[in-house]
Amino acid sequence: MSALISAQNVCLRYGATEVLHDVSLEVVPGEILTLLGPNGSGKSSLLRALIGILPVAKGKITRSAGLRIGYVPQKLAIDRSLPMSVARFLSLPDWHQPQDIAIALVRVGLGDIANHPIQGLSGGQFQRVLLARAMLTRPNILILDEPTQGLDQRGAAGFYQLIEELRTQTGVGILMVSHDLHVVMSASDRVICLNGHICCQGTPLVVSHAPEYRALFGLGTMGALALYQHDHDHDHDHGSAHDHHHYHNKADHDHG
Amino acid sequence: MDDFLLRAALAGIGLALAAGPLGTFVVWRRMAYFGDATSHAAILGVALALAFDLPIGFGTLFIGLLMAVTVSTLAARGWAMDTTLGVVAHSALAFGLVAVSFLQGVRVDLSAYLFGDILAVSSYDLGMIWLGSLAVVLLLIWRWSGLLMSTVSEDLAYASGYKPDFERLILTLALALTVALALKIVGALLIGAMLIIPAAAARNLSRTPEGMAIGAAILGGLSALCGLMGSFSFDTPAGPSIVATAAVMFVLCTLVGKTALGRV
Repeated sequence: MSALISAQNVCLRYGATEVLHDVSLEVVPGEILTLLGPNGSGKSSLLRALIGILPVAKGKITRSAGLRIGYVPQKLAIDRSLPMSVARFLSLPDWHQPQDIAIALVRVGLGDIANHPIQGLSGGQFQRVLLARAMLTRPNILILDEPTQGLDQRGAAGFYQLIEELRTQTGVGILMVSHDLHVVMSASDRVICLNGHICCQGTPLVVSHAPEYRALFGLGTMGALALYQHDHDHDHDHGSAHDHHHYHNKADHDHG
Repeated sequence: MDDFLLRAALAGIGLALAAGPLGTFVVWRRMAYFGDATSHAAILGVALALAFDLPIGFGTLFIGLLMAVTVSTLAARGWAMDTTLGVVAHSALAFGLVAVSFLQGVRVDLSAYLFGDILAVSSYDLGMIWLGSLAVVLLLIWRWSGLLMSTVSEDLAYASGYKPDFERLILTLALALTVALALKIVGALLIGAMLIIPAAAARNLSRTPEGMAIGAAILGGLSALCGLMGSFSFDTPAGPSIVATAAVMFVLCTLVGKTALGRV
C-alpha cells in the first residue's frame, strides 16, 4: 500500500544543533504507528516536519497528493480576546453541519458544549475538542502529539479505543507520540523508538524486547534505571542484527 | 452641513471600515505595539516623500511596509519582538522628525501629521481613503479563513494546508495601507488607537470573531461621527476627539458587556 506520508533520510536542525539525524519512516493507510522516546528526543519535531511546519535540513518529506491531515498538537493556547465557541472552533477552517458537530462531540465523550467559549474548557475537555476537530476534517491521516495528556486513566483508555474504532471504520492512518508505554504496546501496530535518531523499530513485541528500547526506558532490570547508560555515538545498521555495545551495568562488563 | 464636515465624516467612517476589522487581528495576535511602530514610522515616510517630492501616501506606505518587513525578519531571527519594536519604532519617529526639520523651503505643518487634520480632507483624499479602505476590507474577506486559522494556531493552519507566513504578509500589507490612510485623519500618534480601541470595545459585545470584526467597524464609525460632532461643538482638535470618543465607548461597552453577557 502506498504511503500517506513519508520521510527519507531526514535531518532536522535548530540553529547549529541537530535534533534529528537520518530518520526514515512512512505511514500507510489503516496502520497505527507510535513514536516513543524520552523528552527532547525529537518526537514532536519529527511530527512538525512531516506536517510541513518545520523545514528539514536534509532529506525529503513526501505527502501523498490531496492528503488531509488531522493534527492534534501537544499544546495550544487560544487568546481570550478571540470570541470563539466550541462549535465555531470545530468549523475551522471548513464549515460543518451542527448535527455533525454534535455527533463528533459525543464521539469524543463530551456533552452539549458546542456553545461554550473555547477558552473556558478544562485541559482534558480541550484535548477531546482538538481530536473532534481533527476527526471532522475527514482526514486520511491523524497526527497526534501526546493526545492523552490531561486525560485521566479511564479517559486515556477510552481514547485509544476510539482511535482503534476510527482506524477500523475509516481506514485512517494514525501517527502518534505517546508516553503511555503499556497502552501504546497494545494499541499500536508499529512502534518507532526515537532518541535523536531511530534507535529501534518494529512491532510492539519486537521493540519491547530490543535492548535499545529497554535501555531507553529502563525496563526489565527491576527498575535499576540509574545503572543504564545508553551509548548514542554508535553507528546503526538498520535491518540487520544490532551488534553494538550497551553498557547495562558494571557487572555485565568485563574489566579483565 | 458644511462640505468640509461632510467630507470629514465620510473620511472617518471610511477609515473605521478598514481599521475596525483589521484591529481585531491586531488585538487577537497581540500586535498592538506592532501597529504603533508602523504608524510612528509613517512620519519618516512623510519626510522622505516631501524630500523626494512624492505623494505623502506613497512615502508612508513604503516606510510602513519596510518597517513591518524589517521587524518580522528580525523577530524570525530570534530578536525579542518587544525590544526590536521599541528600538525601531521610536528611532523611525525620531529620524522622521529630524528629517522633516532638514527640509528647507517646504513649509511643513508637523502637527497635522502627528495628530491628523481630518477637517482638511479634500475630495481627492476622500476618494483615496475609501479606495484604500475597500482594498483592506476585500483583502481581509478574501483571506478571512486562512487569517483566522493562522491566528488560532499556525501549526493547525499548516496542517489544514494554509501558509501562515503568507497570511502574515497579507496582514502586514493591510496594516501599512491602513496607516497610510489614517495619517491624514487621526495622525501618526493616534493611528494605533483607531486599530485597538474599537476592536477591544467590540470584544465585550461579541460571541463570534466575525461579530467582533463587524462590531469594531460600527463602533469605529460611530466614534468618528460623535467625535467630529463633539469637536465641532466644543472646538476641540478633531483627531484626539475621535479617539477620546472611542475610549468612552470602550468603557461603556465593557460595562454593558459585563452585565449582558457575563465574563467570558
